[in-house]
Amino acid sequence: MNAQDLSAFPMALQGDNVPMVSFKNVTKSYGSLVVLDALDLDVAEGEMVTIIGPSGSGKTTVLRMLMTLETINEGVIYVDGEPLTHMPNGNGLVPANRSHLRKMRSKIGMCFQHFNLFPHMTALENCMEGPVHVLGLSKKEARERSEELLALVGMAEKRDQHPSRLSGGQQQRVAIARAMAMRPKVMLFDEVTSALDPEVIGEVTNVIRKLVAEHNLTMLMVTHQMGFAKDISDRVCFFYGGRIEEQGTPDELFGNPRRERTQQFLSAVKEAV
Amino acid sequence: MLDWNWQFTWEILPRLIVATGNTLLAAGLGYGIAVVIGLVFALAQRTPFSVVTIVVREAVEFIRSTPLVLQIFFVFYVGPQFGIRLSPWTAGMIAIGLHYAAYLSEVYRGGIESVPKGQWEAATSLNLSTARTYFRVVIPQALPPSLAGMGNYLVGIFKDTPMLSVIGVAELMHTANAIGSETYRFLEPYTLVGVIFLLISLPTAAGIRLFEGWVRRKLGMVS
Ligand SMILES: Nc1ncnc2c1ncn2[C@@H]1O[C@H](COP(=O)(O)OP(=O)(O)OP(=O)(O)O)[C@@H](O)[C@H]1O
Ligand SMILES: [Mg+2]
Repeated sequence: MNAQDLSAFPMALQGDNVPMVSFKNVTKSYGSLVVLDALDLDVAEGEMVTIIGPSGSGKTTVLRMLMTLETINEGVIYVDGEPLTHMPNGNGLVPANRSHLRKMRSKIGMCFQHFNLFPHMTALENCMEGPVHVLGLSKKEARERSEELLALVGMAEKRDQHPSRLSGGQQQRVAIARAMAMRPKVMLFDEVTSALDPEVIGEVTNVIRKLVAEHNLTMLMVTHQMGFAKDISDRVCFFYGGRIEEQGTPDELFGNPRRERTQQFLSAVKEAV
Repeated sequence: MLDWNWQFTWEILPRLIVATGNTLLAAGLGYGIAVVIGLVFALAQRTPFSVVTIVVREAVEFIRSTPLVLQIFFVFYVGPQFGIRLSPWTAGMIAIGLHYAAYLSEVYRGGIESVPKGQWEAATSLNLSTARTYFRVVIPQALPPSLAGMGNYLVGIFKDTPMLSVIGVAELMHTANAIGSETYRFLEPYTLVGVIFLLISLPTAAGIRLFEGWVRRKLGMVS
């Protein structure tokens, strides 16, 4: 594939109200399968945006690209005004080098569907790993920060347990604390309750509610729990075929969906419940 | 009827015990080299630099497809033609260390590949550097599944040390041969060598299994 022409993209976003996250004309494909199709998406600082949509519509891909777990085919993603996987060079953008990527990554945290805790470390060690080895905090500072966060997610008592001794809901709460310990500006949640038993979903969603209430984080969340999305989001984006088919406030999107595909999706989801 | 001479047996035993020390030293040193160089081989095959990857992969393949004894001869006798003159011990350790490094690198590779992709992604999401990701996240998890294979090769390298006798390393086999040619009695020395190997191999294999379980518990991973 030819290197794309990046001259149309600014080297940084400037001015008032620069969005915290901005996808500009982002395309992602695997071979001939186009997964994200010229996506434009802005998320303001402190905003909670939920992504819903049918399986395969590209929801996870949006988060993975933000976390730099996937490469970008076309377009530019800006985080905090700066290009995420590109960097300025002369008067244009070029693919970012490792140090730029690491700098940008430090602004973003992610929680995964299957938690992905490090199994050979205790809950506390999981939380301390990044602060000590990436941020360079002293063990003591990292420990204080981690214990505080474990307390926030209600896992203070279990801090010395390894993940294999924790339930799914408990593991996910530790994973949230671990991501938060890096003090990201943007938090990504990819179906963090999908792998959980129904009775423990609430303990994870309550933690996320708490984060929304108490922290000025920018959040992007993919979920299949429409009720949760409805009462926590500032905005809901309905994805279909790698594009945003419709978006709006939860009241608009759930109460009065305008597009036919949105209506179909929402009624299908309602029936499934 | 075997004519087994107990008095002769007791006479040669001390010499064989001293040689056992050399055998253990050779196995230990060779294994130490193999453990470290094997990891280098395994990691080198995962670098983004395809030249390094290909060269190391071919080297590993080459070592694994040729006999150890040939490699020992090669390092010891062909080395001097390139101006590299090595003592039997040095040449032997290089040859056997590299040989087993090639095998261990495959064990490590399997172990590393068994670590779920999500672990790498979590490490990236925490912004861990590549080196940290390997040494704090991936290798500790690759270790338990690698231990059985590593243990097999520990016993393997121990059993292969007699090959070092061909270049004159004074290990068990070499000593037994020497005793045989001095006394024209081969039954007792070779039998003793066999018994000594057995007495060391069997407990080692059992010890490795215990160690494996201990490591898993230590790392908090249920087996
Ligand atoms: N590594 C990959 N290689 C090839 N295709 C991929 C890869 N990753 C994702 N895809 C495809 O990209 C499309 C979008 O995937 P994505 O995971 O973003 O969907 P999703 O909206 O999160 O779906 P779900 O609700 O099932 O999680 C799917 O068709 C998927 O099969
Ligand atoms: Mg998904």
